[in-house]
Amino acid sequence: MLGRLTFDAIPLYSWVAMGGAAVTVCGGLAVFLLITYLRAWKVLWTDWLTSVDHKKIGIMYVVLALVMLVRGFVDALMMRAQQAIALNSDGYLPPEHFEQIFSSHGTIMIFFVAMPFLTGLINIIVPQQIGARDVAFPFLNSVSLWMTAAGAALVLVSLVIGKFSTAGWTGYPPYSGIQYSPGVGVDYWLWALIVSGVGSTMSGINFIVTIVKNRCPGMSYMRMPMFTWTTLCISILIAFAFPALTVVAAQLALDRTLGFHFFTNGDGGNMMMFANLLWIWGHPEVYILILPAFGIFSEVVATFSRKRLFGYKSLVYATACIAILSFTVWLHHFFTMGSSANVNAVFGIATMIIAVPTGVKIFDWMFTIYRGRIEFHPSMVFTIGFMVTFVIGGVTGVLLALPPADYLMHNSTFLVAHFHNMLIPGALFGYFAGLNYWFPKAFGFKLDAKWGIRSFWFWIIGFYLAFMPLYVLGFMGMSRRMEHYADPTWQPYLVVAALGALCVLAGIACIAIQLYVSAKNWGSARDTTGDPWNGRTLEWATSSPPAPYNFAILPEVRDLDAFHDMKISGTAYQAPVQYEDIVMPKSTGIGPILGALSFVLGFAMVWYIWWLAALCLVLSLVCIGIRACDDDSDFVMPAAEVARIENARLAQISAADMHDMRDFLPRGAASGAALPGRA
Amino acid sequence: MGEMSVTTDLLEHEEKKSLESREFGFWIYLMTDAVIFALLFASYVVLSKNSAAGPSSKELFDLGHTAGETVLLLLSSLTFGLATISMSEDRANRVVQWLLVTLVLGLGFLAMELIEFHGMISQGAGPETSGFLSAFFTLVGTHGLHVTFGSIGICVMVGQVLVKGLTLPVRSRLIRLGLFWHFLDIVWIGIFSVVYLPGVM
Repeated sequence: MLGRLTFDAIPLYSWVAMGGAAVTVCGGLAVFLLITYLRAWKVLWTDWLTSVDHKKIGIMYVVLALVMLVRGFVDALMMRAQQAIALNSDGYLPPEHFEQIFSSHGTIMIFFVAMPFLTGLINIIVPQQIGARDVAFPFLNSVSLWMTAAGAALVLVSLVIGKFSTAGWTGYPPYSGIQYSPGVGVDYWLWALIVSGVGSTMSGINFIVTIVKNRCPGMSYMRMPMFTWTTLCISILIAFAFPALTVVAAQLALDRTLGFHFFTNGDGGNMMMFANLLWIWGHPEVYILILPAFGIFSEVVATFSRKRLFGYKSLVYATACIAILSFTVWLHHFFTMGSSANVNAVFGIATMIIAVPTGVKIFDWMFTIYRGRIEFHPSMVFTIGFMVTFVIGGVTGVLLALPPADYLMHNSTFLVAHFHNMLIPGALFGYFAGLNYWFPKAFGFKLDAKWGIRSFWFWIIGFYLAFMPLYVLGFMGMSRRMEHYADPTWQPYLVVAALGALCVLAGIACIAIQLYVSAKNWGSARDTTGDPWNGRTLEWATSSPPAPYNFAILPEVRDLDAFHDMKISGTAYQAPVQYEDIVMPKSTGIGPILGALSFVLGFAMVWYIWWLAALCLVLSLVCIGIRACDDDSDFVMPAAEVARIENARLAQISAADMHDMRDFLPRGAASGAALPGRA
Repeated sequence: MGEMSVTTDLLEHEEKKSLESREFGFWIYLMTDAVIFALLFASYVVLSKNSAAGPSSKELFDLGHTAGETVLLLLSSLTFGLATISMSEDRANRVVQWLLVTLVLGLGFLAMELIEFHGMISQGAGPETSGFLSAFFTLVGTHGLHVTFGSIGICVMVGQVLVKGLTLPVRSRLIRLGLFWHFLDIVWIGIFSVVYLPGVM
């Protein structure tokens, strides 16, 4: 009846594991009680969970990412603590538990922090940047969100019922096969990946269509803001790359569950095929995480340098180049696994080439800052911190791209330091910059800048303290993922790294305090104009938070910096002659229901509860069938209602709130007659 | 009354725009599905000679049987095309008839595939026998699963045409289902020429 699920699944094997389970259960219980105490279930269901509004979906994505960031970071802290004390001793974590922790840390940070964070920011901003009222497929958007949440829930549940994978976040066979990992851990990992991966694929499709089809009049491809461009590129990457993840995870699941032989040691399996298929998804995934952050940096750097973005076209081409090249380098993740020297050379050279467009971007951002009037807003500070730190990661990456050097450093903590050096400044700092930059757009008030700057300093100092020692340790020969070790010369470095992790903890605490302080003082930091930073792109033309339809009248774009142009020419904040009726999508509960069904389906597959899995599959098909027959998924918001909302907004904006655009008019020699030739 | 019709016009206009997006989005979905099949094909090619202790493709494949499956599926693509033509001529009954013929042909294909699978499994050549058979069953089975979902889709669309008539959304869905069905035909031609033909040579 319950497959292999018995009372043995409760983690009584160690105090630490029980503690983790208790925290998870208590956390869930606390949230449940809080919502009940506030009598907020109905509001939560009708206004949020069933919403198909891209802004609300985006906010829910970011909330999911922040919650999972805390969970993933606790894993990191536990690993650093273990390695700091485990010289010639067992430390406080048994090996099998330590293995679960590094596996869940990687899985959570990539799939359930970075992916939802970037998808959330894209959801909130991109439709507004292209002057659209919504994404192309609002319902599909809701399904994507809830499938991602279902995957995250599977990882969280593994802490309470059963164990998580011990095979690392990449889960290479044969170790991850049923013969060497007979428990449920790898299955949790697989089904979390499959469920959330399908959700991500649908997000990718959604944003390709949104950007191609829903741009407002005048917004040609070369007038799209950089963040929209990076979103388009990564959506294409998602659509091409995520099916590979689905395939490789399904094949490993077939091996484990039904005794297939894709990746087994004998009987005609081929383990190297797993490495190839995984990294055909995995390398583009790195750019899926980083490119949107590059887009955020581009927006932030132009706004807070008070200048047009330098080299917009080169940034667009560099982004497109990176997107294409990202499919040509996957083998550098396993140079040492038996390819010939020539094959390694080809992939090594391709890897070095991909550093070129990335370098172009760094120069473009520096030239944007050059002679700008820089404002050190937290998002700008994160951007500058990124530029300095990311270059170090890029250089160590080019070093690792040399196959002979890779033979020396692979699987060492040098590699660990390298990819954290890419993903923490390159991706996470970008998302934090986006959080600080776009928070007023989502909520209508600004985040506290002081605590934002503090969080930055703790994060960046913590980052250097935690990962520079790992570069050194890599040269000293320390392998990654060691539960204990015998070389006393390593310990000082590992203690410093642990201090770095504590520093990052302070950085996370600062973000929590920042959110709390800002929410408490929201009245004094309100954003009435919808444009708190004197922004340049269209998302600042809407109110903060935007009306459900974003734009009462679709804007007409004449320039790359569309809203900047409108403010200069005085066409911003104008009421139209007449408002129009607007068609809006209706909320629907089918999204969260499909998410819940996919969670139960994953859980049933992990524990071999076949009847439940079949039931979920049938119910999912019924839900999809019901939706496929529904011709009444939209409603009309009447013009009078639109006029009421818009007039209330315009009445709130006084001339004093608006930015003085005279600063941007040409002065001195520049205001004279135009010189001959092209501008 | 006037206001009502303005609202209805607006909804219809918006619907048309949204259906265009859906058709474009469906092409992209098919592309992601094509990537899935491409990787399953690649896995098959890598593992096709790894029959371990089990039988090889030469001993298992029966080209006559496969030819029968191919005829059924290609014919079903033709009849779906005829349904689409009837749709453009606004003949709802004809559409339903051709859809039902397509469904019968699709189910016939599935039946033949199941007979083939059953035969192989009962002579000890199931997917757990070797890498080659794992890849074979996964590739061909995934295609079969798609045909199953397509058949369910045909049933749903027959119902929609009968209940709603050939409204704009119904037409759009039929076009998308048609794309799906023809796509499966193309994949099958790939399976025929990458799996079955080299397998018996």
